Amino acid sequence: MNHPVGLQEYLIVSAALFCLGLFGVIARRNLFLIYMCLELMLNAANLALVALSRFTNNLDGQVMVLFIITVAAAEVAVGLALIVALYRKRQTAHTEDLASLKL
Amino acid sequence: MSDSNLILPESWAWVIFFLPLLSALIITFFTRNHPRLSACISISAVTASFLLSWLFFGLLQQTEVVQVPALTWLSVQELNVELGLLFDRLSLVMLLVVTGVGTLIHIFSVGYMKDDPSYSRYFASLSLFVFSMLGIVLANNFFMMFIFWELVGISSYLLIGFWFGKASAADACKKAFLTNRVGDFGFLLGIIILWTLVGSVQFDHLQQRLVATPAMLGSAAGLVGLLIFMGAMGKSAQFPLHVWLPDAMEGPTPVSALIHAATMVAAGVYMLCRVFFIFQVTPGWPTCLAFLGHISALDIIAWIGGFTALLAALMAVQQNDIKRILAYSTLSQLGYMVMSVGLAGTNAAMYHLTTHAFFKAMLFLGAGSVIHAAHHEQDIWKMGGLKEKMPTTFKTFVLGTLALCGLPPLSGFFSKDEILATAFHQNTLLFVLAVLVATLTTFYMFRLVIVAFFGHARSESAEHAHESPRIMTVPLIVLAVLTVIAGFLGLDTFLNPSAHVSANIFDHIFAPFNHAPFAAVFGLGSILLGGTLAVGLYWQAQRDPLPDKMQCLARGMRDRFYLDEIYGFLIAITQGALSFLADAADRFLISGFLVRGLQGTTDIMGRALRLVQTGNLQNYAFVLAMSVAIVLFFVFRN
Amino acid sequence: MQDIAFYIFAALTLICGFLVVFNPLSRNPVTSAMFLVLTIISMAGLFVLLNAFFLAAVQILVYAGAVLVVFVFVIMLLDLKEEERRKVNIMGVGLGILSVASIFYILVFRVFTKAGLNEKAVVATVEGDTKSLGMILFKNYLLPFEVLSLLLLVGVVGAILLSKKDLK
Repeated sequence: MNHPVGLQEYLIVSAALFCLGLFGVIARRNLFLIYMCLELMLNAANLALVALSRFTNNLDGQVMVLFIITVAAAEVAVGLALIVALYRKRQTAHTEDLASLKL
Repeated sequence: MSDSNLILPESWAWVIFFLPLLSALIITFFTRNHPRLSACISISAVTASFLLSWLFFGLLQQTEVVQVPALTWLSVQELNVELGLLFDRLSLVMLLVVTGVGTLIHIFSVGYMKDDPSYSRYFASLSLFVFSMLGIVLANNFFMMFIFWELVGISSYLLIGFWFGKASAADACKKAFLTNRVGDFGFLLGIIILWTLVGSVQFDHLQQRLVATPAMLGSAAGLVGLLIFMGAMGKSAQFPLHVWLPDAMEGPTPVSALIHAATMVAAGVYMLCRVFFIFQVTPGWPTCLAFLGHISALDIIAWIGGFTALLAALMAVQQNDIKRILAYSTLSQLGYMVMSVGLAGTNAAMYHLTTHAFFKAMLFLGAGSVIHAAHHEQDIWKMGGLKEKMPTTFKTFVLGTLALCGLPPLSGFFSKDEILATAFHQNTLLFVLAVLVATLTTFYMFRLVIVAFFGHARSESAEHAHESPRIMTVPLIVLAVLTVIAGFLGLDTFLNPSAHVSANIFDHIFAPFNHAPFAAVFGLGSILLGGTLAVGLYWQAQRDPLPDKMQCLARGMRDRFYLDEIYGFLIAITQGALSFLADAADRFLISGFLVRGLQGTTDIMGRALRLVQTGNLQNYAFVLAMSVAIVLFFVFRN
Repeated sequence: MQDIAFYIFAALTLICGFLVVFNPLSRNPVTSAMFLVLTIISMAGLFVLLNAFFLAAVQILVYAGAVLVVFVFVIMLLDLKEEERRKVNIMGVGLGILSVASIFYILVFRVFTKAGLNEKAVVATVEGDTKSLGMILFKNYLLPFEVLSLLLLVGVVGAILLSKKDLK
């Protein structure tokens, strides 16, 4: 390792993580997995924000991440409740079985 | 102008004009269920108009023209359409004819229409008709004339189709209206061209400007003349638009007398006389009609008139329906008048129009009386022997026939002679034609009288015929008196003050022989010839001998030379072609290309878009991701 | 030393993230959830390397401790077994690779070409410790903070309402 790790490396990790999550959203069909992949994407964004905060010496980015985590927590609560309600009605958590708007 | 003086003609002019309309409105809105009252209102309105018209008779002795101030009815930039009345000798004569004959016919109708359930409607229509007719007569500009021209068309439509329950009547009124529309179309075009070129529609302005610069119309002169004439062609039923008149006999007989003898059909001739100055401009044709060369519109009008006269006279010879014979006779006489106008004899035309209005109205009313008596039998071969049963009708009818033939000293003689004299001086060929028509006229009228009134009754209904009630015979007698004396009333000198005035009655009778001996002699000769032929052929005849002798010519005459069939055929072809086009346009362009094309495009788009709308989360996510990629690409490009 | 730590944590993050999305050995969602926990923990390590100590703690507490527990709870409650029987979604994989690869390419290309992103040893003058973060949060971001608390309340109420047996 002949050169120190900088902003670029962090951003590339963040981008890779984000793309992994996006790929999961597109390719996977289980609603829970899709949800987890969404969390991955959120975390990738968090990583980018923290890295930028560190390399620009500005704490605002970290406050933003705090907010994102909070929102994500709320989102997980409501989203999982929705999935549970859906599962109760349709007995499935697979997107291709949930292609119609009607319950 | 001042309101205080009610004697002033202006105020009374509007009264004359609007009384019939008022009557029509009152009958329509208030007295529909009181037939007698309706008749009274209608009759008093037209009578009052008639009497008030005499007011202007005295007035016109002093001045040449009375202009009643106009109301502006429409004003768009340069176009000024006014509602003004014009009284001169021409319109006054026509006014008296319309209201006078109209009054008599109204009175006759009381008896004729006695048992009709739609009595009130009949009188309302009559009043409306008289009103429209007065509009034409008194109009002082082309647009007002055109408006009332159309109103006459409408009210004649109502009257011809009065018994609209009968299919033939419904067809006839439609035919009359549509045929008139063809003529009116040309009339309107002519008015518009005239207005564009001269810049006014007022008769006196037009006359001033056109007299001042006769070359004003330039190459459009002939065309304007012919287009204006087209209006007359429709209303006065000149060939080739004559077909509606015989069919219009489906209306009640007094209507035939009013519309098809005295007024509506005379409107065309009257209009030609009114705007005669248009035909006196320097002749000219647009390049596409340049082959007409030096022929003026008047020549064409004269020939159309002459041709119509001959054609209609020939057709009348072989008709068996009493009203149709009279209808063709009217056609023929109208042809005479138009021919006279074409030969620049407007006074002769108006003179003949007036006398013809009297005796033809009388003939029609006489026919009505016969039909009424014979229980609506119209075939003359089923009549016969009516001479004894209906003496008054018979006498007046014969009088009318003789007047129509032009026997001196009846009024028809003088007016017809004037036309013959005009033709003799102007165009020998047309003169020969006119004499021929006069012979034919005598022939078919004698045939009618002999077959219908002489001999023995040939049917049940003729057997039981009886004289009509007094309310019907009185108008006949009045008209008969008018027919006799109209020649001595000085109508010709009233219309043409410069004409020679005879010292006494005998001079007056013999004036035509001095004036144009050839014409008068030929006229008398034609009566003699026609009369002799008719008496020889039809005296005591049980059936028509002509078809055997003349074979296909007679058949052609009876079937009106198949003109109706030809029109029907031509119209069918045109209609077929048009409807084919319309159908093709509708089927392929509108419903095929536009409607189904739109629908198809929408459908295909919808089907295509439905493939995108899978409801599958993955597909949406993919589209979203791809879109993000594209947006990112463009955002980060630089 | 720090660089080595970065590479270890980064590799861990990405490998575990990959295993969340696509696990060749098991297709059970519980496994994925477990790998997600690992991903989050290694990310907390990255946060520490970035001097965001408070966030690292929050990451582990909230994400790994609370959110993922809820996930696993729900998955186990609903007893999702059929996922294992399903085939891999080939079209989804293909389309996913296409779109994700293009986005990744654009992002990386951007990261390498954009000037100012290649600062190496920037001296850290601020630290994301509890005190300094708290100062900013309660000074500059007080209103969003309060609004956020309201959002959490709404989320709680919504979750309870939605989980009720009879939705009507």
